[in-house]
Amino acid sequence: MNPAPHRRRSANRIHPAVYFALGGMVFFSAFPLYWMFVVATTDSATAYSLPPHVLPGGNFFHLASLVFEIVPFVQALMNSLVVATSIGVGQAFLCALAGFAFAKLSFRGRNTLFLIVVLTMTVPTQLAVVPQYLIMSRFNWVDTLQALIVPGLVSAFGIFWMRQHIGNVVNDELMNAARVDGATTWQIFWRIAFPVVRPAALILGLFGFVNAWNDFLWPFIVLKSPERYTVQIAIKALQNNRDIDLGLAMSGSFLATLPVLVLFVFVGRRLVQGIMEGAFKG
Amino acid sequence: MLSPATDRRTAGRPARSHQIQQGVRERLAPYAYIAPFFLLFFIFGLFPLLFTFYIALFDWNPIGERSYVGLKNFSDLVDDPRFWGALRNTFSIWVLSTVPQLLIALGMAHVLNHVRLRAATLFRMSMLVPYVTSVAATTIVFAQLFDRDYGMLNWLLGLLGFEHIDFTASLWGSHLMIAVMVAWRWTGYNTLLYLASLQAVPRDLYEAAAVDGANGWKQFRHITVPSLRPIIVFTVITSTIGGLQIFTEPLLANPVGGLTCGAARQCQTLTLFLYEQAFGRFHFGYGAAIGVALFVLVVIISAINYLLVTRIRSERP
Repeated sequence: MNPAPHRRRSANRIHPAVYFALGGMVFFSAFPLYWMFVVATTDSATAYSLPPHVLPGGNFFHLASLVFEIVPFVQALMNSLVVATSIGVGQAFLCALAGFAFAKLSFRGRNTLFLIVVLTMTVPTQLAVVPQYLIMSRFNWVDTLQALIVPGLVSAFGIFWMRQHIGNVVNDELMNAARVDGATTWQIFWRIAFPVVRPAALILGLFGFVNAWNDFLWPFIVLKSPERYTVQIAIKALQNNRDIDLGLAMSGSFLATLPVLVLFVFVGRRLVQGIMEGAFKG
Repeated sequence: MLSPATDRRTAGRPARSHQIQQGVRERLAPYAYIAPFFLLFFIFGLFPLLFTFYIALFDWNPIGERSYVGLKNFSDLVDDPRFWGALRNTFSIWVLSTVPQLLIALGMAHVLNHVRLRAATLFRMSMLVPYVTSVAATTIVFAQLFDRDYGMLNWLLGLLGFEHIDFTASLWGSHLMIAVMVAWRWTGYNTLLYLASLQAVPRDLYEAAAVDGANGWKQFRHITVPSLRPIIVFTVITSTIGGLQIFTEPLLANPVGGLTCGAARQCQTLTLFLYEQAFGRFHFGYGAAIGVALFVLVVIISAINYLLVTRIRSERP
């Protein structure tokens, strides 16, 4: 018997189980977000009615305006934007710079220093929150946004990631030619290496942005006054009013999630590609 | 071709001292490029890490008063039932979330790898939605869905004739609820990681197996899982390190529970316990001791992981 038709069939036929798994996965991924939207557009009465309403209502603007009244939510959105953008841009730029040095420049101690960078990825430093807080208070940075921004500006994983890309993509001959022409190291980085790896740096920056936007523990420790809250901490503050209105907490959650979702619609393809190319945890 | 500076150098006569300066700067440039990382890692990573061990030896409060107490914080920790409870909760939530999450991701990746899917990118993007949604936002949603009286889940259980479960108040209920939140967030992400690795596996392997009559399960068992072993190890380790530090979910899942996650501390994890002691009660020394305990735990579990991995590798080449 000729195996060829057999083979073609097994490659093309989509088993019903696949549709089932697929549908289930999409449903479970999307449903909590959809439900957040439903409650955010109605009110607590809906959240507390059985059988549950499953369609969005028209109460969103009322609830949203309450959110902006109860906590300084515009300020919180701005704070999150400042923090997440600074970290995204910082990571894209500083990791590319360090990755460039490790991939293309020769200097004493390069391999040892790179090994140290990689090893730091395995050290769980997030658990040192007590002295981290003490250092911030020594710097007088408690309750400031730089306490969130500065420690996140560059990451070991980002350096690793950018070194891989620069090593693979940047052309040595072009670099050498530029050097012969008298270009400085900085000029070689900025005009030759960085433009070529901009897509990889963009992915890194996007992940930095999303992670910083969604960060909770560290802002929760460092931020004190409502004017400094990031959106995640503002949500927590809204949740304290839970006995008043759950719809409020959901509206806040929805408002805090919306910017990332909009961003995701535009860059989701790149983020997926980033995860498919290398790991992005942490 | 390059810059005004280059043109100037080739055209003009740069001062000698300027040239030397330039040379030094060029030699130091690589160090300057990597300096930000080392500087920030030292100040905000390594130094605090070492300092944690130091603080743990003191009775230390936020005003800066401190007295040396030696290992008392650690002996207190050993005698503290709250610590053992938090340890138990952390482990229980970690196992309940990690195991199903990775198994489902494996199964999904296997199934998805088999077919040339239409709109694959769209589908993959939808799996990534939980990852880009903040923990704080989703936790509030899940807490509502799991609500005792009005939650959708209990409503469905009621329809099926079961009693309502008070998820937040009970030990296993709250663990399960938090585990679901964690698993929801990471399953799609892990599926993508597995899928990426699987795509490097030659399709011929599956086709040959199909011709030989190996069905889906056998292919999964003998091709998919072995091919994914390195990435499985990676995800086990990262999920473990993440799982031991769960904080936001227990804090927000039980809004009336506060920093203890309930009157009986039924869902208080180690990180939440750390936060409660250090920043809720201002026992910095005791908080630091919990931090040290967590470090040790992470290191031990990573070592066990490593040993298991090397053993598995040597047993099945």
